[in-house]
Amino acid sequence: MQNSSSPLALEIRGLVKSFERPAVDRLDLSVPAGEFYSLLGPNGAGKTTTLRMVTGLLAPDSGSISVFGVDARRDPIGAKRIMAWVSDEPMLYDQLTPMEYLDFVAGLWGVDARLAAERARELLCCLGLAPFADERCGTFSKGMRQKLALAGALVHEPRLIILDEPFTGLDAGSSRIVKDVLRERVRAGCSVIMTTHILEVAERMADRIGVMAGGRLIADGKLDELRLRAGSGDASLEDTFLTLVAQERAAA
Amino acid sequence: MSASGSFQWFASHETRLAWRDWRWLMTRGRSERAGAAALGFVVFTLFMHALAYVALSRSLRPTETADVHELVVLTGVMVLGFSAMLSQAMESVTRAFYARGDLELILTSPAPAPRLFAVRIAAIAATIFSMSLALGAPFINMQALLYGARWLCAYLIVASLAMLAVAVAIVIVGALFGVLGARRTRLISQIVAAVIGAAFAIGLQFAAILSFGTMAVPRFAALEQLALEPTSPLLWPARAAFGEPAPLVLLVCLGAASLAVAIGVFAPRFGGLVLAAASTSYGPRKRSRPRAHFSDASPAQALRRKEWSLLLRDPWLMSQTLMQLLYLLPAAFLLWRNFFSETGVATFLAPILIMAAGQLGGGLAWLAVSGEDAPELIATAPVAAAKVLRAKTEAVLFGVGAVFLPLVGMLAFVAPFAALVALGGVTVAAGSATAIQYWFRAQAKRSHFRRRQTSSRIATFAEALSSNGWAGAGALAVTGTWFALVPGVFVIAILAGVWSVSPARSASAG
Repeated sequence: MQNSSSPLALEIRGLVKSFERPAVDRLDLSVPAGEFYSLLGPNGAGKTTTLRMVTGLLAPDSGSISVFGVDARRDPIGAKRIMAWVSDEPMLYDQLTPMEYLDFVAGLWGVDARLAAERARELLCCLGLAPFADERCGTFSKGMRQKLALAGALVHEPRLIILDEPFTGLDAGSSRIVKDVLRERVRAGCSVIMTTHILEVAERMADRIGVMAGGRLIADGKLDELRLRAGSGDASLEDTFLTLVAQERAAA
Repeated sequence: MSASGSFQWFASHETRLAWRDWRWLMTRGRSERAGAAALGFVVFTLFMHALAYVALSRSLRPTETADVHELVVLTGVMVLGFSAMLSQAMESVTRAFYARGDLELILTSPAPAPRLFAVRIAAIAATIFSMSLALGAPFINMQALLYGARWLCAYLIVASLAMLAVAVAIVIVGALFGVLGARRTRLISQIVAAVIGAAFAIGLQFAAILSFGTMAVPRFAALEQLALEPTSPLLWPARAAFGEPAPLVLLVCLGAASLAVAIGVFAPRFGGLVLAAASTSYGPRKRSRPRAHFSDASPAQALRRKEWSLLLRDPWLMSQTLMQLLYLLPAAFLLWRNFFSETGVATFLAPILIMAAGQLGGGLAWLAVSGEDAPELIATAPVAAAKVLRAKTEAVLFGVGAVFLPLVGMLAFVAPFAALVALGGVTVAAGSATAIQYWFRAQAKRSHFRRRQTSSRIATFAEALSSNGWAGAGALAVTGTWFALVPGVFVIAILAGVWSVSPARSASAG
């Protein structure tokens, strides 16, 4: 839940990134620690570009990014140490087993070997991958790959987890498992930022929701606050979201 | 307009696809490059013809009636060409079995699939023919220009050999399917294809070493040891090249008939083989070796271990990477034969080792740098980019060292100075190839290893020039001449030029 006195997990100020046209345009965004934040927006709104800049996968043109007070542009290693990234197309090593993959990730983040093995076993068990712990990843389905990527993001116990469309292609069972794991992490004090096109997931899971369009944050708050802003009464998040985007387009 | 599902309809479909693929390869999908691509094609064609003219006008004029020496040389050229064609045909046939692109669509449609497969087999033969002509046609044309139109019948010979190669390839791959099953055939077939491609050239060198004690003899001299009679059937294909009607007709009939039989027998079965291939999982099976450990090491060590674990666990990649080392076998054999004896062997070995090290280094560097399957994981890890690059470079150089240091060590017993030169050459050649891969790195799947050359032609040429240049410098350095500096400076100039146009420089300047 949002707490005005809590430190910010993520603070973005004046972030700009242009390719052939502006993808992110003077974006300001704050996510308090311990919050589940969902970032929504139509295709091309700049969500993924924003998150890729936060994780260091893209260099911003200008602006500042701070992760738990660490300036991600000046001290990228320090910022990376406390966050994790899960993309919508998880890339794994086909020739490694899940245990080896998690061990490798732990090696990159400098997690103690014994602790890493313990966490890896727990994560694989909790994500339903334990029976496949010693099979190589090459044969895994999309859902299994997605869950293993999530396990990789959690094995070093980050303070901020950033997920890009984590539920795309997951079956109902896998989706439930991933949701449970994320909720449990937030309860334990972790912050989560997630983009998704599945608005029901955002509606049920997020403490706060941000809506991006044209590279800017056009609305931000709890669902009720968004409804108020959109003037959509008791409408669903889907209706509210569509209204907000339509209003923005009309204003532009 | 031909009826849908007919041979002509499938042929026109395949032709359209082939033309668009070729056009895309030339222009990278940008229509504005079409003019430049066409100009490049014309320049290349003229250059090859000029090269062929220079080469042929300086060689001995062929006699009207071939003597045994000429026939042997021609036979050698043809066997060399056929082994390359067979290798390429096996690659193409294997790919046709395993590619899933449009095969699911074809096999689930009511169209008669055997017709498509018949067309595809013929298309493979046409492709092999065209590829052979890319290098061979200028020589055939110039030979005809200089010595008479009868040499144009070489086109028929190339076509016959292409058809024969495809027929043999289909039989071999089909037999592998029957014996090994779908799971193993892909890997084994690709390895067999590569070995066949290299076998004849390597075999000739082995024969030369056994017969003459050195590799430095005219390429086909070893064949003359067979003491063939002029009337030997083994020389008929060469006689056909000289324009003798009976051998020519026989060769063309043999090629066409073998391809027709292969199509008749295998086209109806192709669908079944494709389905067998498609229902096989090529992914790794359950772990059968000890688990690799990463977290008990530093991030750099974890990266190095990861590179080696991935390479050692992928037999296809391993075979592709090490295939170029096949060409080292004659050199190693020569070294073994001359162990503890004072010979000029070092003059040969140092440049061969250097060239092979450059090629292996380039391949390994591509895998480590561009063929990173989880680039975002590495990029978001709390490890400095410089540290990642250093760890990957160390993994590459360690691999090159593991292969070449034992050979250099053996050479040191025979010729210490040459070994020192080889050691330096191996290091700079591998280092240069690795640097080029860094400068031109482009993210790709490891499985695209065979197609890595297409990502940057500049990098490909630079890598080849660098390896060859360092090998040349090594060859001269072994003889103790300061002229060795000339190719060395040439390579450094190339590296500087390549760096100046590389994406890495643009990125650092930006």
